[in-house]
Amino acid sequence: MKYVDEYRDAERVRRLGEEIARLADRPRPYRIMEICGGHTHSIFRFGLHQLLPANIELIHGPGCPVCVLPPGRVDLGLALAERDGMIFTAFGDMMRVPGSGGSPLDAQARGADVRMVYSPLDALRIARENPDRTVLFFAIGFETTAPSTAVTILRAREEGLRNFRVMSNHILVNPAIRALLESDELRLDAFIGPGHVSTVIGCEPYGFIAGEFGRPVVVSGFEPVDIMQSIAMIVRQLNAGEARVENQYGRAVAWGGNRAARAAMDLVFTPRASFEWRGMGEIAGSGLAIREEFALFDAEQRSDGAGPAASEPAGAPCGEVLRGVRKPCDCQHFGKACTPEHPVGALMVSSEGACAAQYRYADVTIRASR
Amino acid sequence: MPPITFEDERIAMHHGAGGRAARRLVEGLIVPAFSNGALNELGDAAVIDAGGVRLAFTTDTFVVRPLVFPGGCIGSLAVHGTLNDLAVSGADPLGITVAFVLEAGLATAVLRGQVVAMADAAAKAGVPIVAGDTKVVEHGAADGLYINTSGIGIVRDDAELSPTRVRPGDQVLLSGPIGDHGITIMLARGEVDLAAELASDSRSVLALTRALLDELGPGVRWMRDATRGGVATVLNELVAGREIGVLVEEPRVPVRDQVRGACELLGLDPLHVANEGQFVAVVEAGAGERALAALARVRGGEGAAIIGAVVGEHAGRVVGRTSFGARRVIDVLVGDPLPRIC
Repeated sequence: MKYVDEYRDAERVRRLGEEIARLADRPRPYRIMEICGGHTHSIFRFGLHQLLPANIELIHGPGCPVCVLPPGRVDLGLALAERDGMIFTAFGDMMRVPGSGGSPLDAQARGADVRMVYSPLDALRIARENPDRTVLFFAIGFETTAPSTAVTILRAREEGLRNFRVMSNHILVNPAIRALLESDELRLDAFIGPGHVSTVIGCEPYGFIAGEFGRPVVVSGFEPVDIMQSIAMIVRQLNAGEARVENQYGRAVAWGGNRAARAAMDLVFTPRASFEWRGMGEIAGSGLAIREEFALFDAEQRSDGAGPAASEPAGAPCGEVLRGVRKPCDCQHFGKACTPEHPVGALMVSSEGACAAQYRYADVTIRASR
Repeated sequence: MPPITFEDERIAMHHGAGGRAARRLVEGLIVPAFSNGALNELGDAAVIDAGGVRLAFTTDTFVVRPLVFPGGCIGSLAVHGTLNDLAVSGADPLGITVAFVLEAGLATAVLRGQVVAMADAAAKAGVPIVAGDTKVVEHGAADGLYINTSGIGIVRDDAELSPTRVRPGDQVLLSGPIGDHGITIMLARGEVDLAAELASDSRSVLALTRALLDELGPGVRWMRDATRGGVATVLNELVAGREIGVLVEEPRVPVRDQVRGACELLGLDPLHVANEGQFVAVVEAGAGERALAALARVRGGEGAAIIGAVVGEHAGRVVGRTSFGARRVIDVLVGDPLPRIC
């Protein structure tokens, strides 16, 4: 398959593994966080961590949108939809994410009209086809999906649709990285930068990671060759005592990103003062709210009350896993009380979540010892 | 292993998706109530002793939407599905039955089309449809048309198929490329804006299982058709709770480019996607090449492949070896395969 097979070439990956082992010959750890859940998924799916020398440690970051969504947001979205008899629409990723009163799939089993969509435009189509119902699109994702939500809202306004609402749970990647870097319990040497987010925002916004915090960043593609190349680039920077932003994913990411996508985002969204992340708490400027001009389409501005509040299950150390302080398999719930079928924390829900990725694709040795 | 229990308050869609949730429903709620030797085996067909003759008996209900899709329709699917359950049980089918649940308002032309498709599929396999039933429910109480088929057959004398006969060193075969049906249905529903030249693999595998048994007899240890939940699920069911594992050589698993592409885009694993004309067979150590040659002599068997082996390590687990030599666990699907978008 074109554009995929050449990046999964076994010989290239093997040679890169050897190169990394040669480069990482210093008696020091190389602690590298892959921010994006897509990278976490690839690393486990292809077993890339098994091809790295022992002193390279991959730490799984908070870049999985459904994993960092606090349960209160799920509760609020479902409550709004169920109270007003709306059609609740969301991506497949969201369907199993537990709120305190269950997931969207649980709500569907209770009789709520919950539908999976592949794009916000599908939700708009459902609104068009059901003029006597109101359709709620439960929007999630980083800068990757926010532009498509924005374009959908713009189109709804153009078409004069009055039965379409969006609940924005869009979040921004850089405020979260800053929060990680400013926390003192975490020690990271470098970052594998998000691939999809960077197609929109480009590479420049990561400058603070290198400039202010002295940590290298390499924006990476998602295939095995991409990730191994990025790790080699990071190790070279660390060995040379450098901290720069580099772009390994040039075939998809332009240094300046996608201006049109950002323009649509800026037109429709405005940063919230603060937004709650599961496991990380409130992070300033990290969420996107729908601007007042588009209040007609904003499920939150049109709802009367504040949402139900819910916190993580007691004793679930999801936050520590999200911050990279603890590994999934070091959690007392991992694989026992908390499994993909009965997730205690959201990291077990999405296949991009560090826990689900490790559970599903884990190192055979980790699973076997449990 | 602890007994499986079913405590969920309500039935949800994932209880029907062929993954872990469906298994809990069946083994936690239904099987305990009916418990008996033939049922508890949970094979594709039950084997009942009828005075020295081993009868294979199976039933299946079809609720696919849309009713017609590239490569098949609910009618042909309903015939193939039941024939395949008999085929992988090593049985020669004697006859099948059909029951229709019809929604008031269904166009007669639609029903006629499905009946004709069923007659064609049965005739092609040389198996008669010998009994039937029709029920009509109010408009809105069903989605057009549901079909149940049951089938009965005689297990061949040379067939000794049982998961307990599977041992380390045995080879694992797949009858052809996987994922065609599941991805075709997903595309045919129009939920994903993708177009691909792809058709369901819905077919009877009877000729293939016969060829395999003719060649190897008891050397075929176990077979299963890889429908809902895909190849990953049937292999996991084979090894669950046993002192054996399966090592799948991932690069050897046949998957068409269109299916791989769709799976990449949607974040799905082809090993979890449904098939309606492919089966997994375990054959005794060293017999893999003979098995492939026997399959290749049958039309539609050219795409078969040896995808791995039964191993003494990784007890109870299916493990994939990637092209880089790394290993990963291939688990059962939890519920419906949900696309990864964000």
